[in-house]
Amino acid sequence: MLLVDNELCIGCGLCEDNCAFGAIEVVDGIAVVGDACTLCGSCVDVCEVEALTIEGGPKGPQADFAEWSGVWVYSEFRNGMLAPVSLELLGAGRKLADARNVPLGAVLIGAGTGDSAEKLIAHGADRVFRADHQELASFGDESYGAILSGLIRQHKPEIILAGATAIGRSFIPAVANELGAGLTADCTRLDIREDDGALLQTRPAFGGNIMATIVCPNSRPQMATVRPKVMKELDFDGGRTGEIIEIQPEPDQLASRVRILETVVSENENVNIQESDILVSGGRGLDDEKGFELIRRLADCLGGSVAATRAAVDAGWIGYPHQVGQTGKTVAPKLYVACGISGAIQHVAGMQSTETIVAINRDKDAPIFNVADFGLVGDLFEVVPKLIDQIEKRRKQ
Amino acid sequence: MKILVCIKQVPDAKDVRLDPETNTLAREGVQSIMNPYDQHALEEAVRVKESLGGEVTALSMGPPQAEDVLRQAISCGADHGVLVSDRSFAGADTWATSYTLAKTVEKLGGFDLIFCGKQAIDGDTAQVGPGLAMRLGVPFVTCVQKVREVNPTTLTGERMMDDGYDVFGVDYPVLLTVVKDVNQPRVPSLKGKMKSKKATITTLTADDIGADAACIGLPGSPTQVVDVFPPPARGNREVLSGTVDEQIEQLVEKLAPYLE
Repeated sequence: MLLVDNELCIGCGLCEDNCAFGAIEVVDGIAVVGDACTLCGSCVDVCEVEALTIEGGPKGPQADFAEWSGVWVYSEFRNGMLAPVSLELLGAGRKLADARNVPLGAVLIGAGTGDSAEKLIAHGADRVFRADHQELASFGDESYGAILSGLIRQHKPEIILAGATAIGRSFIPAVANELGAGLTADCTRLDIREDDGALLQTRPAFGGNIMATIVCPNSRPQMATVRPKVMKELDFDGGRTGEIIEIQPEPDQLASRVRILETVVSENENVNIQESDILVSGGRGLDDEKGFELIRRLADCLGGSVAATRAAVDAGWIGYPHQVGQTGKTVAPKLYVACGISGAIQHVAGMQSTETIVAINRDKDAPIFNVADFGLVGDLFEVVPKLIDQIEKRRKQ
Repeated sequence: MKILVCIKQVPDAKDVRLDPETNTLAREGVQSIMNPYDQHALEEAVRVKESLGGEVTALSMGPPQAEDVLRQAISCGADHGVLVSDRSFAGADTWATSYTLAKTVEKLGGFDLIFCGKQAIDGDTAQVGPGLAMRLGVPFVTCVQKVREVNPTTLTGERMMDDGYDVFGVDYPVLLTVVKDVNQPRVPSLKGKMKSKKATITTLTADDIGADAACIGLPGSPTQVVDVFPPPARGNREVLSGTVDEQIEQLVEKLAPYLE
């Protein structure tokens, strides 16, 4: 609990200004703590008169940290291929493992994984734990979770990373709960703290309006899901060597109470917009679903995928898997071209980590221009076809 | 059918932002709302009740004012509202929250079907649904985009995946987290609003649910926030000038690195 010493408090309001959660305010010259307090300690740090303390604070270490060693990456494999984020995580995991001077392991679960294990080694893994079994052809929260948590209990890695994908964000929380491990969702930055070797996990909160750094001070393992397209994969190095350890799952580890009756892969267009380097996105300004034909043409021209705002999805112009924003997907591509999008905070929350944002909108006062690196004020039905022509012309040169 | 829906009260996103001048949180007039995903979870729970019979209980963990979202749930078709609230829950991460909700569910006697929203829009973790299911020992399916069929013993539906969707079938008890595509939530009826005003909200404390003090709030949370800071500022923003053709020419120049 956060305590205020009324004798020491001078009502300066520094705590109020620094609270990210709006949980402390100065009333009649004294700081008062509200229910929204998360005990993050920001106010304690800024208080110049030391009027604030956190009582009943961190408990002592519960795990014998020395027993836990190594960095692991859960390498997602589905429908015959490794998810691109798996290789990105090996890049991030390699740095963490080197900083900790421990090996980097990869866990591969699926059926018909072919040369994926070798590929993981070529991209940085020292060891690959491979559970390749026909019963694991479809992703199951229970089967994949049982195998992963069994391996973690047996080998005790200190850090486990997984992609913040539909699969990673589904079964990893259950694994963490079962192990009593701390888990941080959708991280965009990972570092090792110098003084104690703890994993510093940084992630956006409140739709990207605030960044928070999180640690697991008293327990192991430390687990994190990591946003796709943020970490950099290492170049393929066929000369790297590593060990492949075959895992034979126990029959009870293959059991699943949820029956997968059918797997439907979208064939018409790429709906996995979180893995795209370039997104062309349309909003209410497209007027109707025909407007998306134009968006698709620009996306094809740029070699990207199609995204949309909630307004366009709710109007039925395009499917929900394409929705970017607070009630859709969070994306971080290299290039995001926003066409006819006003830039509501709920949408911006889902795309503001993009490297370069281009906005095309006829309203020069649209808030999208506040986040765009390059803004073009004009009618998208005039601008986009001309833009496609110009890009094609440039390519021919 | 005993149906539960978990609901969180969250600050309205459009109100939560950093003041660009001072880099502090601007929060004048921050409104609290029912987490948008939870509105879809509630709607699905009420639809199952309407098709199979039974009762819907809405459960929230939060400060006393979270009672508002439970009354809202009742106005949209829930039968009961339960608020689990205690100052000792402060600082709870998703692990401690899953524990607290699981203890509450056990106290309430268990359910056939539990609906949660995919995630809450303030924390964006999506971890409490699967965590709660694991603690209760029930199977779970996340990101459900469609419930195809419900009957008294089983349910079939579609779960959204990154590359399409999976069709699944499962027997009760089960916990489902839903995305917004699953349904269109109804607006409360006048009768519902009247009912919600009169309804009694059950309030439970840490003692009431028999929670272990070491597993709740900050002491029960494996993760701790050590730093909070504004996101890195975006690069130089530039609104292009000139005629449309001139602007397009400049833009193509700027986009050169992406055209290789």
